[in-house]
Amino acid sequence: MSTAVDAQAPTPQSYKTDEHPIWCPGCGDFGVLDSLYKSLAGAKVDPKNLVVVSGIGCSGRTPGFIKSYGFHSVHGRVLPVALGVKLANPSLTVIGVGGDGDGFAIGGGHIPHAARRNMDMTYIIMDNSTYGLTKGQYSPTSPVGFQAGSTPYGNIEQPLNPIAMLISYGASFVGQGYSGKPRELADLISRAMAHPGFAFVNVISPCITFYNTYKAIPPRLTELPADHDPSDQAKAFALALHTDRLPLGVFYQSRRPTFEEGVAEVIKKAQASGRPRLEEIFAEFS
Amino acid sequence: MPSNSNSNHRDVDYVFRVGGEGGEGVISTGEMLTQTLARAGYDIYTFRTYPAEIKGGHANYQVRASGKVLLSYGAAVDVLLAFNQEAYDKHIGDVRAGGVVLYDSDSFTAAARESLIYYPVPLTSLATEKIGVKLTKNIVALGVLGQLFDIPLPTFEHLLKERFGRKGETVVQKNLQALHVGAEYIAHQRKQDAILLGPGPRQTKSLILSGNESLCLGAIAVGCRVYAGYPITPASDIMEFLAKELPKLGGFVVQTEDEIAAIGAVLGASFAGAKAMTATSGPGFSLMTEMMGLGVVAEIPAVIVNVQRVGPSTGMPTKTEQGDLYLACYGGHGNCPRIVMALTSVEDCFYGIMRAFNMAEQFQLPVVVLSDASLGHRKATVPVPDLSRVPVIERRKPSLEELVNYKRYQYTPEHVSPMSVPGVSGGGYIAEGLEHDETGYPAASNHENHLRATNKRYGKFHAVEQMANELTRIYGEPHPEIGIIGWGSTEGVIREAVQLAQEKGYSVGALHPKILYPQPLAKLTEFLQGTKAVIIPEVNYSGQFATLLRKRFAYDFVQLNKCIGLPFTPKEILDKIEEVAAHVHSGRRSSAYAAKL
Ligand SMILES: Cc1ncc(C[n+]2csc(CCOP(=O)(O)OP(=O)(O)O)c2C)c(N)n1
Ligand code: SF4
Repeated sequence: MSTAVDAQAPTPQSYKTDEHPIWCPGCGDFGVLDSLYKSLAGAKVDPKNLVVVSGIGCSGRTPGFIKSYGFHSVHGRVLPVALGVKLANPSLTVIGVGGDGDGFAIGGGHIPHAARRNMDMTYIIMDNSTYGLTKGQYSPTSPVGFQAGSTPYGNIEQPLNPIAMLISYGASFVGQGYSGKPRELADLISRAMAHPGFAFVNVISPCITFYNTYKAIPPRLTELPADHDPSDQAKAFALALHTDRLPLGVFYQSRRPTFEEGVAEVIKKAQASGRPRLEEIFAEFS
Repeated sequence: MPSNSNSNHRDVDYVFRVGGEGGEGVISTGEMLTQTLARAGYDIYTFRTYPAEIKGGHANYQVRASGKVLLSYGAAVDVLLAFNQEAYDKHIGDVRAGGVVLYDSDSFTAAARESLIYYPVPLTSLATEKIGVKLTKNIVALGVLGQLFDIPLPTFEHLLKERFGRKGETVVQKNLQALHVGAEYIAHQRKQDAILLGPGPRQTKSLILSGNESLCLGAIAVGCRVYAGYPITPASDIMEFLAKELPKLGGFVVQTEDEIAAIGAVLGASFAGAKAMTATSGPGFSLMTEMMGLGVVAEIPAVIVNVQRVGPSTGMPTKTEQGDLYLACYGGHGNCPRIVMALTSVEDCFYGIMRAFNMAEQFQLPVVVLSDASLGHRKATVPVPDLSRVPVIERRKPSLEELVNYKRYQYTPEHVSPMSVPGVSGGGYIAEGLEHDETGYPAASNHENHLRATNKRYGKFHAVEQMANELTRIYGEPHPEIGIIGWGSTEGVIREAVQLAQEKGYSVGALHPKILYPQPLAKLTEFLQGTKAVIIPEVNYSGQFATLLRKRFAYDFVQLNKCIGLPFTPKEILDKIEEVAAHVHSGRRSSAYAAKL
């Protein structure tokens, strides 16, 4: 990797690697990446303690573009791998990234459990409502009527609602951003990274090549109400149900014990009478 | 009644079986008998079949006790303890001529067979009338066994104090009383049999472990600190054991949402520097294959235990089979070199899992460890482990020079690259599932690179194959006329069959590798030369190891397959040896028995 990051005063630039993103010019994922650089610099994250885990998809290539330790795993398995990283070394900063197919379709079974466990990490979905890498099939967030290779007569399935889903699963931080608003997005990601617990950020990140929503999305974007109290889960859920509008910002945030804190508690309990020697464990079986 | 016993009891070799209603303490009676026999100085080997029912149903527990090292669960039953008619009916056919039947005469009256010796004992009424607690009938029965066969009563007493101590002095006293009520009762009956044990010959301390427990202790000893898994019979007790023990050592067990998540977490944890493992059985192992490939291509140490049960699909969850060898060796897509090893005995579970972690670390790849239901759940006496037998190996870390322009997948003569872990400055890299170059940079369109990288991954096999040769055991004659090749949990029963066949004058020897993939080709070649026939016994239908060996050797192996969810008995293998020997000696060496080497 090229120049070292100055741990005292990192710049967003300093997190860039020599690897040039393979994304199509105009892909929303560039905006997400730029925002991530900013948030990392803002939080002065030391690349040696940063692990970026991704799945498979265009978005899955992100780790290669960030100076860090990266794990480009398999399709849909960002969260299990991140769980393992956190188990081995809770002090690492862990960011998971992937597409809406990766996260909500093949990997959808892991999300409720990551939300329950509340490990201290940030999970960013780059939601383009299509499968970019496999050339534009419909995804779990594609609208009804979406026409593409596998839905030549139009999609007949209702799209899922990522924000409502994550709030109902009990994720302790749920936010939404837009790749076309990188400054606001960087703020949001920074807040997610600062949150102790599982922080979910749904980023609307258009796929210019297979599902160009650059015109359709901006008119639907809105701010969350100024008086919105992110600790009010029911209100946050109600706001998430109005899908004609796409509010940006933190829908929901609560502080509850993280997975790592729970693990530390268990270890303390187990070691209440000291750390046994191997022979002592053997002796239980004589 | 005997009170004294002679001091040399090497010749002791008896099979005890307890049967009765599930949930009525049959299993714990068997376990207490086992523990007492082991503490008294005998080698023990248990065998149990589980009812599929969660509660109730018939339960039984068998233990063989011997003054010599035990290799199998034995043949006929010497002593049957039947708590009810069903147990009697189910097991009476397995009792040898001259064997002993002890039964609860309050529950039923046995229609006595002439060749057997009967002791009807009113276990239930002794328990209810003398102790006032019906379930102490189990302890009354232990007292009967102890007194009748001279299994040291003080050893039983000690165990009862240990087991019931937590429940308070009254409970301990009631149980001790029950033990003596049983002993007292039988002391007044005439002894009709000749079974007497007394203190056993073993002086050294040993542990009483199931295969799964032994495996867990080995994992702890070698430094495993992260376990991720999903409940499945017959592997769940590994997770439960480690969930209790790992936190004491600063580690942790997470029960994931499925087996894909389990192996994902293992890879993530290992990537971040921890020794990690998962254990499962067939259905879960099937789910893990994609991730196993990721471990191979991203070169991440990982240990995956498969305690095999009968498949396919849900199959027979509590029954044993050696049916997952194909999947272990070839499961997953692409050219995907992983190491497959098989555990051979309860003791080997300890050292075997240590070696598995060592190989995972040394070669930076997933190691699949095959056990099975029969091995995972049987108990045996094991000498207190000697850790110096398997020195712990850690993964190769980058030197300071190697961290300058660090190449995670650098080509090296031994095909193993320095692996840095998060937290190390300058060691950042991408653990990459796409085909990649030495730096980890994706090279998904570089045709020549794919060959180079695949060569690198397969290159590790040279050294592994050496180890496979070194870890191959030969029992009986090293250059026999009739050879046997086995794998996994059949080691003991094959050894016993070989001993029996040698005593009968046959020229027999058995080869038993511990690493099955890659195969110990040198050892196999040497062994096959000069044999007239080779039998491959496997607890599966199709002969999976035989099939793998046929790919490497033009040899007409004789398969011996058992596919009823139960392990082999020594006699089944001995019979095959005799049948094959008869063919060989009659000169009727049909092509089926011809070595084509
Ligand atoms: C098990 C498996 N199934 C299918 C694929 C093929 N595949 C690769 S990426 C992808 C979907 C990509 O869509 P998304 O996750 O939304 O990410 P994007 O490319 O849009 O960023 C699929 C189906 C795969 N790699 N692995
Ligand atoms: S295909 Fe779509 S998602 Fe993929 S890089 Fe191109 S624009 Fe981005």
